[in-house]
Amino acid sequence: MLTQKQAGEIFDRIRALSSGDEIEVLFSGGKFALTRFANNTIHQNVSEENHVVSVRTAFGQRTARATTNKFDDESLRLVVKNSEALARVQHPDPDLLPMPDSRSAGGTGEGAASAQTRHFENTAEVTPELRAEGVRKIVAVADRRKLTSAGVFSSGEYFEGVFNSRGLSRWHTQTSAEVSVTMLAADSSGWQKANSADVANIDPLRLGEIAAQKAVGSAHPKEVPAGKYTVILEPAAVLDIVGFMFWDYSGMAILDQRSFLTGRIGTRLFGENITVLDDVAHPLQAGSPFDGEGVLRKRVALVENGVVKRVVYARATAERMKRSDHKGAVGLIEPTGHGFSLPNEMGEMPLNIVFAPAGDPQTVGQMIASTERGILVTRLWYIREVEPFEKMLTGMTRDGTFLVENGRVVGGVRNFRFNESLIHMLSNVEAMGVPVRSCGEESFDMVVPAMKVNDFNFTEVTKF
Amino acid sequence: MSRGGSYADVRVIAQRNRALTTKNGKVGSAADTESVGMNVRVIADGAWGFAASAELGRGAVEATAARAVEIARASARVKREDVRLAPENPAVADWSTPYKIDPFTTSVEPNIELLLKIDAELRSVSGITLAEANLNFSREEQRFASSEGADIHQTKLSTGAGYAAYSFANSEIQKRSYPNSFGGQWQSKGYELIEELELVENARRIAEEAVALHQADQCPEGTFDIILDSSQLGLQIHESVGHPIELDRVLGMEANFAGTSFLTLEKLRTLRYGSDLVNVVADARQEHGPGLGTFGYDDEGVQAQCIPIITNGLFTGYLSSRDTAHTIRENRSGGTVRAEGWNRLPMIRMTNISLLPGQKPLTLEQLIASTDHGILMQTNRSWSIDDKRYNFQFGCEIGWEIKGGKRVRTLKNPSYSGITTEFWNALDAICSGEEWTLWGTPNCGKGQPQQVMGTGHGAAPARFRAIKVGSAYKGN
Repeated sequence: MLTQKQAGEIFDRIRALSSGDEIEVLFSGGKFALTRFANNTIHQNVSEENHVVSVRTAFGQRTARATTNKFDDESLRLVVKNSEALARVQHPDPDLLPMPDSRSAGGTGEGAASAQTRHFENTAEVTPELRAEGVRKIVAVADRRKLTSAGVFSSGEYFEGVFNSRGLSRWHTQTSAEVSVTMLAADSSGWQKANSADVANIDPLRLGEIAAQKAVGSAHPKEVPAGKYTVILEPAAVLDIVGFMFWDYSGMAILDQRSFLTGRIGTRLFGENITVLDDVAHPLQAGSPFDGEGVLRKRVALVENGVVKRVVYARATAERMKRSDHKGAVGLIEPTGHGFSLPNEMGEMPLNIVFAPAGDPQTVGQMIASTERGILVTRLWYIREVEPFEKMLTGMTRDGTFLVENGRVVGGVRNFRFNESLIHMLSNVEAMGVPVRSCGEESFDMVVPAMKVNDFNFTEVTKF
Repeated sequence: MSRGGSYADVRVIAQRNRALTTKNGKVGSAADTESVGMNVRVIADGAWGFAASAELGRGAVEATAARAVEIARASARVKREDVRLAPENPAVADWSTPYKIDPFTTSVEPNIELLLKIDAELRSVSGITLAEANLNFSREEQRFASSEGADIHQTKLSTGAGYAAYSFANSEIQKRSYPNSFGGQWQSKGYELIEELELVENARRIAEEAVALHQADQCPEGTFDIILDSSQLGLQIHESVGHPIELDRVLGMEANFAGTSFLTLEKLRTLRYGSDLVNVVADARQEHGPGLGTFGYDDEGVQAQCIPIITNGLFTGYLSSRDTAHTIRENRSGGTVRAEGWNRLPMIRMTNISLLPGQKPLTLEQLIASTDHGILMQTNRSWSIDDKRYNFQFGCEIGWEIKGGKRVRTLKNPSYSGITTEFWNALDAICSGEEWTLWGTPNCGKGQPQQVMGTGHGAAPARFRAIKVGSAYKGN
């Protein structure tokens, strides 16, 4: 993999080729491998390595970006030339700020120190054989339970770097390992997924056994009519659905009046038991400690006891917000280190979401035990926004949906379609579990608890 | 092959993309991206291996091939049966997307001016709070060679453009898009597409519709006859025909991510998928039109084909690959395998999955005139379908109630839902060829690691009887 020292040398070569007033170079890439299985056999097995260099040139208030994955002298000369050619014909952007130096990008910061521990040699060195062995254990569970397994075991190591002509230099390396398992029976299925920077934290056998138990336990699903139910959402299901609101916790989204928080910051929008942070340094979080301009990410309290407190900002968005009509109604305005690489139209977004633990956390088992009649949901699927201001979402349950009656799981049910407002849902959380690192397919990874939610709105039932 | 593989293919790919966007009078992004690399796909010990590298030197190619073989042998450790490839005569060919104007030869400056002109038109309408516009160009040059002797060079070009106007008022966000939502219209064409779309000419109307939606009535809930415009019908085809016919899904290969399919193998040539009027093809050939699923050869070197998917309502075909064709007793792949780029494994993807137009002359206005009571819905706003592709729900940007053959009022937040085969069997009229448009869907996700692919969907407006409308808002 490219090292920070090598990247610094490439940056120096690029800078010497530049005629811009300012120049910024992003480096990203790494090695990635994925073993995919289905029908109890490995059917895809891939590996790649790629390094990308992305150059942003600024001439005064004009800026543009060009990107390549070729690092020879001619390609670097061309990528600089392309970024300059694009930048020269831009209209001046009055909101464009000078590139940040180290001080204005947050200095060294606590997040950076924590995130350096996210590279594990054992994970970087995972072999195809080791992944195949993990898959073999899962397939053995499937064979024993007379099920069909499908899933992935992936591993990789990655880097991200930001260098600019004001002397800023940021570098982050990380590893990741992930296992996802679906177990299929004749008329039911079960699913589990986990990832970690350290492959030692991933237990394919355990994930396979839980997924298998869900498939067996939800066999011969009954059709239960649609309607409003108490639901117990496992952490992956919580992540799947709540992830759809975090694009709106952005200063730019407020300025664009596309956020459901427009005019609502400072108000109690959710139940008092809902507190949400963005915290890249949280021990269960992952990712780079700096944003697309190299600004260090701050810990930001987005929601406290149901009250939306503030949103995140890129540098330029914060300056715009300070000049806008919204400035008195959005809480603290400051660059928080959540900007995307420039130029972009979306501004920023919190990507390291952590739900605060409840005062009296309950296990999923306790939630089931206290439920007279409800639905236990393993995961949600194909979620889309139906109405943006009430944050009404639609989607399906999938891979393990159970009826709970009189404090126990009584069997599987056919999957439901829901149409539910996130505001309504997070105002009706009766109980929460201990927040855990969770991952799904509908949203980015987060630290979220299981939730017991009242009056969750299922509108239709499908055929399985 | 010297390392012990029984089959190998190599793809060397160079991709270039240009994305220009504006938002509220400013350039949002201006970016050029290129990516070059190669991959080796091998069968060794009866199992697949795949490795990719951005390095193209001889040493890197040999190392990549060695890694692919190593991975294939690891795959073979958890294997039930050997990979079986359908035979294919190795092609030696050169193919290029037909185009009039290479978009990369157009200057950036006038393109930005065009976007800003659209932006100004949109925001000239009082009540528009956000205007977004985009132009996208891409070129892919690929060289494919296989151990069987295939040697194919292809250059594929695509162009996309569109815009959206948002209006925030009274705790409600309304939106209209042109010519379609989620980036507009995308085709395998050159810059001539931009000139055909009449982008500026339609901007003011679209903005006025977005603002007027605040005053429109809420779409009622109930059972109605509905008419879908061709762009919404294109997405309906994508989700409720295109995905379920992917043979890898049917065989369980996507069970962990994209899902499976209700179209189990015994349904081939037995399932009444739709009414007699429903004829759907998967057509990657140039003569079908400039869809995002149009090419000369797929990424296994199989020539583009037209596969009848639904014939007079009967389910007649799947999308297949060389290693799945035998499961449906075909002796040749359907030629539908594509990869997102040099670092991704080719897999079964939709080509151009199109509903053929009605045989009898019928315009949209004539279809409306023949509808006693119904709802016309236009331009997708939300879409969702279960993981076997039975139950779906779609929302559209705008609707109109039809009474006595006339549009009587505008409706906001229209939505409809149903079960795939029940829905297609409820189709009772399709407009004819002059109303047919080949839409591009640039953002179809599938696979692990996920790959985004462009697909094409031709459709003319059609009517469906007794469809559930408005349940998206039920109970909220």
